[in-house]
Amino acid sequence: MSVPIMEIRNATKIYSTGTIGSGKKVVALQDFNLTIDEKPATITTIAGESGSGKTTLANVVLGFITLTSGQIIYKGQDIATMNDQQRFEYRREVQAVFQDPYEVYNPFYRVKHIFELAIQRFKLSKSKSESRDMIEDALKVVGMRGEEVLEKYPHQLSGGQRQRMMVARAYMLKPRIIVADEPVSMVDASLRAMILDIMLHLRDDYGISFLYITHDLSTAYQIGNDIHVLYQGMVAEKGDTPKVIENPRHPYVQLLINSIPVPDPNVKWDTSLKLPSEEEMRASAKSGCRFYPRCPYRMDRCLQALPPLYDIEAEHQAACYLYDEEAQPAQAATQRQTQR
Amino acid sequence: MTTLQTETNGAAPAAQTRQVVLNVNELRVHYNTTRGDVIAVNGISFQVYQGETIGLVGESGCGKTTTAMAILRLIQPPGRIVGGRIQLEDIDLAALNEKQLRAVRWRKLALIPQGAMNSLNPVMRIKNQLGDAITTHVGRMSKEALKQRILDLLNQVGLPARVYDMYPHELSGGMKQRVCVAMAIALNPPLIIADEPTSALDVVVQRVVAQTLMDVKQRLNVSMILIGHDMGLQAQLVDRLIVMYAGNIVEIAPVKKAFGTPLHPYTQLLIASIPSIKEKKPLKVTEGLTHDLRNPPPGCVFQLRCPFAREVCRAAKPPLKEYARDHLAACHIYDQPALFPDVQQPNLQEA
Amino acid sequence: MATLTAESSTAPAKLGINRWDSPWLNGKLIAGLIIIVLIALLGVFGELFWDLRLARVGTSPQDLPPAFMPGGTWEHPLGTENSGRDMMAVLMVGAPRSLRIGLIAATIGMVVGVVLGCIAGFLGGTIDRIILIFSDAWITIPSLVVLITISAYVRQIQAETMAFLIAMFAWPGPTRLIRAQVLTLRERGYIRMARLSGANTFDVIFREMMPNMLPYIAASFTGNVSGAILASAGLEALGLGPTRIPTLGMTIYYANQASAVIRGMWWWWGLPILLLGLIFSSLFLIAIGLDEVANPRLRGLTKQ
Repeated sequence: MSVPIMEIRNATKIYSTGTIGSGKKVVALQDFNLTIDEKPATITTIAGESGSGKTTLANVVLGFITLTSGQIIYKGQDIATMNDQQRFEYRREVQAVFQDPYEVYNPFYRVKHIFELAIQRFKLSKSKSESRDMIEDALKVVGMRGEEVLEKYPHQLSGGQRQRMMVARAYMLKPRIIVADEPVSMVDASLRAMILDIMLHLRDDYGISFLYITHDLSTAYQIGNDIHVLYQGMVAEKGDTPKVIENPRHPYVQLLINSIPVPDPNVKWDTSLKLPSEEEMRASAKSGCRFYPRCPYRMDRCLQALPPLYDIEAEHQAACYLYDEEAQPAQAATQRQTQR
Repeated sequence: MTTLQTETNGAAPAAQTRQVVLNVNELRVHYNTTRGDVIAVNGISFQVYQGETIGLVGESGCGKTTTAMAILRLIQPPGRIVGGRIQLEDIDLAALNEKQLRAVRWRKLALIPQGAMNSLNPVMRIKNQLGDAITTHVGRMSKEALKQRILDLLNQVGLPARVYDMYPHELSGGMKQRVCVAMAIALNPPLIIADEPTSALDVVVQRVVAQTLMDVKQRLNVSMILIGHDMGLQAQLVDRLIVMYAGNIVEIAPVKKAFGTPLHPYTQLLIASIPSIKEKKPLKVTEGLTHDLRNPPPGCVFQLRCPFAREVCRAAKPPLKEYARDHLAACHIYDQPALFPDVQQPNLQEA
Repeated sequence: MATLTAESSTAPAKLGINRWDSPWLNGKLIAGLIIIVLIALLGVFGELFWDLRLARVGTSPQDLPPAFMPGGTWEHPLGTENSGRDMMAVLMVGAPRSLRIGLIAATIGMVVGVVLGCIAGFLGGTIDRIILIFSDAWITIPSLVVLITISAYVRQIQAETMAFLIAMFAWPGPTRLIRAQVLTLRERGYIRMARLSGANTFDVIFREMMPNMLPYIAASFTGNVSGAILASAGLEALGLGPTRIPTLGMTIYYANQASAVIRGMWWWWGLPILLLGLIFSSLFLIAIGLDEVANPRLRGLTKQ
């Protein structure tokens, strides 16, 4: 029986915009649930486009913003009610790698600063040489050598080097979970593979779980275990990554996967695929399914209430009424699938 | 207008005349820094034919955007064009002064810049922005004719007529990007340069904009240079691919050959590292860094990362040679195959 | 192993220092700093070069022109004024003193500004709004009017009192500047990274943010110094400054009282103005020098 290390329960984040009292609210994340097991370590993908709530989720897990409602339970303790000691431990054990490998370095300091600050604050070592060994050790995991890079300033390193050092820093703190927020979207293709490979290595050999936040389904497909595809703050489809990506069932996820440019000049986009006007695509339904305005299979029912997650198969769920077996068979969507 | 008779080699289809729209010859761009010149573009040559889409790909810092800026003569100090010829139709771009350049930009040569949608003026209605672009280059025209022209442009990029009266903030990213496409085609230029025109957009919107771009391009039969790093998008959109590495062109190939039988090891690496959504494959990890662009080592630019590099690669720079019809590469493996007995030669005559 | 890495790391480290330090070797910055430091040193070591007691009333003959003019003497190279003060001594005492008032006022304003700006930018919410409204409102108060009123009431004003009075109006600018800086820096990736490294608020402000704000703080500080000197000279020229010890503004006031302009005693009123101009110019040089240091685009260097 697996023990969860982190549980996200009904996480909801609502932002009020405009001046106080105008009452305009934006739901960034709604009723999000996720469990990460203690063992074995996994890479869980949170995929979505801009405005899907994936970055909100990352910020919530990292403690940069607080939830409007719902809980994040870490080792049986709600992070909102942790005492200082527990919070300190949580800080160290839940680390992050961000999108922009330049922004995360303070330009004033040499790059070793990111390691030294963490060692100092978390009191990880007793002596200079001990911390030096720790840093070298971490750098070795990402295939770098301290003497070549540590004394340099951030702008003197390449983007790939900077991002690998960020991973090394996260690893050095011996975290249990690393939130990787678009870690490869700003590195070059040839280095992308290297970073993803390091992630796999950390998962398999060091038991570090990842929350891989991305808009790029292809990299998720290559390395991820479970995937949650978000659309405007809601989970549209979730499950085992190959199952979801090879056989997407939610109309949004189908559209999304269909729109990824195939890196094969012999398989051209079928230009016949028509998309609704963009205003329609932007507008979300006031109640009911968020994807209603864009959905080719929309039904009256979709407007009445949010569709819950329906089981498609083992480890594969989609939030769409097409898969409500009690109501009607989901013919339309399956037909579409076979066409694809 | 220049015409160029392409060389045909036996198996290839009958001789065919293609009009060269843009001819870049030995273009060289340097950037001044306190520690010497960075060679951003190192004497590159290529042609763009009438009606074709050229993809310009490579890592960040390989010189692809610099190349585009040099063609537009928009290189800012500390950068400067050190040498080379840029011939657009019958105009020698390198020889023009600032005033003549202004006349040529937009009318002959339009740019869709990176993050173009942020380049729209937030306090001007779309009609005025498009109108200004047209009138400054074509001269005054009647209000009715101008309006008709703008509406026609909006229609061409698939935007509804009411966009005419709107402000940029009322439009989504994809719509703004299409307004920029409309601006680029406003004066029917023979060549459009698009620098990562869809990079900041969501996947679905990216597809809409990319398709719009291609539709328009086909309808107007203009040529286009599409700069980008997304190989998937390149595969979908371009006819020929130019692969750059560290300021040099390492391969020029028709897109199907570039993806099917890439010649240069760097192109091979680039193609192999595209994450696929169709099949799960082991990640291909390569080590190695690009050399310092201030003082390139003698020999091949890719030698530090090339899995096949050997003595000849460190000694001499391989020439960019045509190995199959329209398929050029700069690599000793094909130039001097005798030195690479262990490397399998691809079947170049294949389709 | 530790020693080995330490040794081998010295080479790249040196490289880093050289490259990083080069922008600070800015000609304008250095020229401005040298002049300001020289003037400040006059206040400390002036005694070694000239008898500063000559700045007192009646220590020298009256109304002597500078040495190179007919009737001038090398005893008093810059001449004397009508109450028997030696101009050389007056300037050597007055210039550092004016500078000092400016420095004190600007320092107080800056410290208050940094503290309030950090609090406002960092905590946000109601406190931010209160501080912002208060400093915005304060800026609208015409400072000279208030200063004149207060100075007129306070008898026997000291140089320090003067500095405090001016400092009262020197804090809102820095407050707003620092607040804006904190607000933009707060969202930077490296601030988030520092938090993930367990940094507390003190660390974040002083270790992560402050070094990056230093050029702005310094530029704003030099601007404030000139502002404060200008304000103090203005008050003094109106006769509202310290009366016992000469400052540059006070000298202008006395010259004006004695109709020095009409009497053709240009050295009396002209030299202090010249010196004030010199101070302002060098402060300005420092400010634009710092601007070039902080803003790489101005110094024509490219990233990487």
